[in-house]
Amino acid sequence: MNPTPSETEASDQIPLLEIRGVTKRFSGVTALNQVSLSVAAGEVHAVIGENGAGKSTLMKILAGVQRPDAGTLCLDGQPITIPSVQKALELGIALIHQELNLADNLDVASNIFLGREPSRLGWIDSKTIRLGSLQYLKQVGLDIEPTVKVSELTIGLQQLVEIAKALSVDARILIMDEPTSSLSQRETDALFNVIRDLKNQGVTIIYISHRLTEIKQLADRVTVLRDGENAGSLRREEITHDAMVNLMIGRDISQFYARKTKPALEPVLDVDSVRTSTWPRHPVNFQIRGGEIVGIGGLVGAGRTELLETIFGLEPAVSGSIVVCGKSLKLRSNRDAINAGIALVPEDRKRAGLILEMGVRKNIGLPGAWRQRIGQVFLNRRQEKSDSDKMIHEMNIKTPNDSQLVQFLSGGNQQKVVIGKWLAMTPRVLLLDEPTRGVDIGAKQEIYRLMEEQAEQGVAVLFVSSEMEEIISMSDRVLVMHEGRLAGELARDQLSEESIMQLATGSPLVRSEIK
Amino acid sequence: MKKILGILGLLIFICVATAIMSDRFLTEFNIENLIRRTALFGIISIGAAFVIITGGIDLSIGSVVCLIGCLLPHLLIEYEMSVVMTLLTVAVISLLIGLVHGLLITKMKLQPFIVTLCGLLIYRGFTRGFVQDQTQGFKGGFEGLRELSQGQMPLPGTEFGIPNPCLILLAVAFVAAIFLNFTVYGRYLMALGRNEDAARYSGINTDRMIILAYVICGLLSGLGGMLFVLDVGSAQPVDFGNFYELYAIAAAVLGGCSLRGGEGTIIGVVIGAAVMQVLKNSITLIDAIPTNIEFAVIGFVILGGVITDELIKRLHAKRLANARLKNVG
Repeated sequence: MNPTPSETEASDQIPLLEIRGVTKRFSGVTALNQVSLSVAAGEVHAVIGENGAGKSTLMKILAGVQRPDAGTLCLDGQPITIPSVQKALELGIALIHQELNLADNLDVASNIFLGREPSRLGWIDSKTIRLGSLQYLKQVGLDIEPTVKVSELTIGLQQLVEIAKALSVDARILIMDEPTSSLSQRETDALFNVIRDLKNQGVTIIYISHRLTEIKQLADRVTVLRDGENAGSLRREEITHDAMVNLMIGRDISQFYARKTKPALEPVLDVDSVRTSTWPRHPVNFQIRGGEIVGIGGLVGAGRTELLETIFGLEPAVSGSIVVCGKSLKLRSNRDAINAGIALVPEDRKRAGLILEMGVRKNIGLPGAWRQRIGQVFLNRRQEKSDSDKMIHEMNIKTPNDSQLVQFLSGGNQQKVVIGKWLAMTPRVLLLDEPTRGVDIGAKQEIYRLMEEQAEQGVAVLFVSSEMEEIISMSDRVLVMHEGRLAGELARDQLSEESIMQLATGSPLVRSEIK
Repeated sequence: MKKILGILGLLIFICVATAIMSDRFLTEFNIENLIRRTALFGIISIGAAFVIITGGIDLSIGSVVCLIGCLLPHLLIEYEMSVVMTLLTVAVISLLIGLVHGLLITKMKLQPFIVTLCGLLIYRGFTRGFVQDQTQGFKGGFEGLRELSQGQMPLPGTEFGIPNPCLILLAVAFVAAIFLNFTVYGRYLMALGRNEDAARYSGINTDRMIILAYVICGLLSGLGGMLFVLDVGSAQPVDFGNFYELYAIAAAVLGGCSLRGGEGTIIGVVIGAAVMQVLKNSITLIDAIPTNIEFAVIGFVILGGVITDELIKRLHAKRLANARLKNVG
């Protein structure tokens, strides 16, 4: 293949890694469409994009976890195929997963050499493992004993161990998928120092993130993916916040979803000094009125999910009071919360939202089954049928019939089933945790419409989202959490990515005042 | 439904094959005996099915059968307790056993396998110690009580009758099937067996439902133990009820329960229990099969059954995938 003029212009040497026209489909959904990008040796190349833009899929292809449907990969100008993780490692490509993949019951050294233990006559040679690991630990600036158990390390340190493990197999290209998503600021800084060191040692780094401030600090080049396509690349000097956002969204944020606001009604949910069991030191206070849509922003691990689950009565609250429409709830009673009209659409629909091997109708009927039973015991099948018919119709759930197993529905339709099973309960307070995660654009718009409809009917809507555009465009106001406490509240006219990020990262406020 | 037809086919096949190969199979005595044994094992298999539907397991069934089977005559004869008091005592003990299993599994978060394995050891050990390893019997008395297992309800106009255990099984199976299919709690059990988290997030008190399943299993094991000893007339604590939990689990699995939970029908389990008994019976009757390889034959038949089931499932999944591919393309 002849290099196109623009490519020769961009760099006069052969790129270390070149991706050409890679396409990947999952059961009809195109995750990647003709994506091309090239990574030069020794650079920190950031790949950014909204959730579902295809970042993780592309990285899994590079790491040999998944195979592309079309397209070619070249390493040092040579075409390669990566059929397995093993092969990727042989080629010097290692992926550090979002969720760490360490055996936390083993010590640091054993993890570094896991699967390649040096042995003598079948016995593991622990001494060589221990001494050998020291070199790699030093490379990532880790000053710990190799005999420490991984479970005793903080997440940040575990991440460094994982990087050391990758270095021990002579990785030339390190792919990091959202490495800072569960790190504190200090741990993040330490990680960045390691990344800069590695870069100086000639290691190439592909860095996936949606935190734009980090990327400004780190990246030599940024490639933006949008809806499975390469939306464009930026060189070091071109990397600005606005440039990245424009490429990521491809449209003005204000046009993302036009929400009509209406005056709010009486307070529906009153959360007073509630302390969750995960963050017992930080009492949380807020009120939500009927007809309001309130977003909860913050980083992963800031305690947003725990707060929702505590209000829903699934997680025990240490203390405080929760009042719905003037009625005080028993804490720790899920049933009491549901009776009071609280509904929760959980973050992970496959784990907590759906019985995948049950039909649509039965899933929708599950939360209401005990309310509508006949004579205290028997299922009211007629009620179940009419509830599910209504929801399938109103929510526009695309399913061949109401006994179709939900595992065969698309992500968007699955999510609509989860929302539908709660709307069938006619809630007063609708809690949604990452309501549009992993659903396509069309279903997203429908879910936004449903949230709005609920608000218009006087329901108090409280939702957690990590997607900035979503939270900015949908919320009447935003509560931002940082390490378990409410770091602040932003009114609609104060909403911006910066103002949310500042509160979410615990930085001092510049533009808005704490409530 | 397909699964039930499959297992029913297997049952009919074994019956026909045995009838052809042995002229003793279709005798009145043999069939009555077969129905009686199937009924007894059917009852404990339904108990096992409830627990398996929650995704759990109960390995203590055989030992509970032994405990109740020995305790019943022991209390009547040695302690001279009244029949009503005795029945009440064994019922409460069975219930408590299930309750303790359920509490340990849900509140202490112990694994069902471990909890009930310890149960298996404890109840047998306790029984042997309590009755000093002595064979427990009714000493020729309690004919009326023993009618529960030995008697039969005559069918009017014929000289045949339905064995009483069969009637008890029908009653238990009927209630269990109604419970699983038509009550809210049955729906909850099925749901939490598939996905306990999602059931919990739907407002279901999953712990309480799991405890209920173990209580049902304990009660039915106790009922089984009582009927077994009333049928045979005596129980030796060393081996009474040995391996019964495995027969019960095998019957449940043959009948369509998945050990992953959330799957199974009562009618399937009852047919599964019948397959196990007919198989045992045919090994005894057919001279060409040496009786001492009984376990091996049963093992192979169950293995064959689940392999066939898995293959059918895969074929089905493949067809479905192909159909979807065509739709997309």
